[in-house]
Amino acid sequence: MLTLYGNEYPSRLLLGTAQYPSPAILSQAVKASGASLITVSLRRESAGGKAGGAFWELIRGLDVEVLANTAGCHSVKEAVTTARMAREVFATNRIKLEVIGNADTLQPDVFALVEAARILTAEGFEVFPYTTEDLVVAERLVEAGCQVLMPWCAPIGSAKGPLNLDALRSLRGHFPQVPLVVDAGLGRPSHAAQVMELGFDAVLLNTAVAKAGDPVAMAGAFAKAVEAGHIAFQAGLLEPRDMAVPSTPVLGKATFQ
Amino acid sequence: MLLMVNGEVRQVRAATLAELLRELEYEGEWLATARNGEIVHREARAECRLADGDRIEILSPMQGG
Repeated sequence: MLTLYGNEYPSRLLLGTAQYPSPAILSQAVKASGASLITVSLRRESAGGKAGGAFWELIRGLDVEVLANTAGCHSVKEAVTTARMAREVFATNRIKLEVIGNADTLQPDVFALVEAARILTAEGFEVFPYTTEDLVVAERLVEAGCQVLMPWCAPIGSAKGPLNLDALRSLRGHFPQVPLVVDAGLGRPSHAAQVMELGFDAVLLNTAVAKAGDPVAMAGAFAKAVEAGHIAFQAGLLEPRDMAVPSTPVLGKATFQ
Repeated sequence: MLLMVNGEVRQVRAATLAELLRELEYEGEWLATARNGEIVHREARAECRLADGDRIEILSPMQGG
């Protein structure tokens, strides 16, 4: 069972709620994914507007726990204030902490991230930091109180899949006890299976499902891939070998000459 | 007075944040508010006195990744 900050989740797939063709398809995709944690955000509401209320009704109807994000924040202060506002609205201490450092790559500003994580942890938040695969940054985040790490595997929405498998493997090796969630950059179910096979605890994705031709079917496909990758990791994978090794026993083979 | 509400300049009569929400016809328990970059909790809105030039943010739940 996936355990994050003491809470157990039956699914190892965390799903974003943005960019779906319609609210109905979002609902169906969440159900098809089996996700037990879905990400949401806070945005400006127009005067007299009801958009936020309608969305919140929809989410509550799904009976799935939410992970609020600080998407789009570019400074410690913005991220911390957004996290505090999210806690009030969503009534949860969980926060997916994003502090963006570069507008083109949406790469996290890891220095600000660590500082914001420290502040929020001290205030009782359960911080889920969106970070890079950098090992030293990961260490600083753990020191700051993060009990889960969420490295990207490629830029948000790029669908490129894991660009640096060695670094992800290294993270897994260095933090055997810290839940690791690949967040951002996954494009295909095979990408999800690949990182789960490395021993990652879960994946968080959004665009690859929401922008698929059939988001509901794709949500189901990712769910299967995540589960397959996890079971494969637990089962113990065969390491690649340079030479062929016959699978059929050689002993007892008939000779006809 | 003149306020900056969600990035737009607004001429309002409200003296407090709670009054501002009513004046601009915001409703719902899912709103979050901030004044000049600091959160103003739901229960503090009635006492939160506004001043000319304040920057107010009024947020609500939205789709997110």
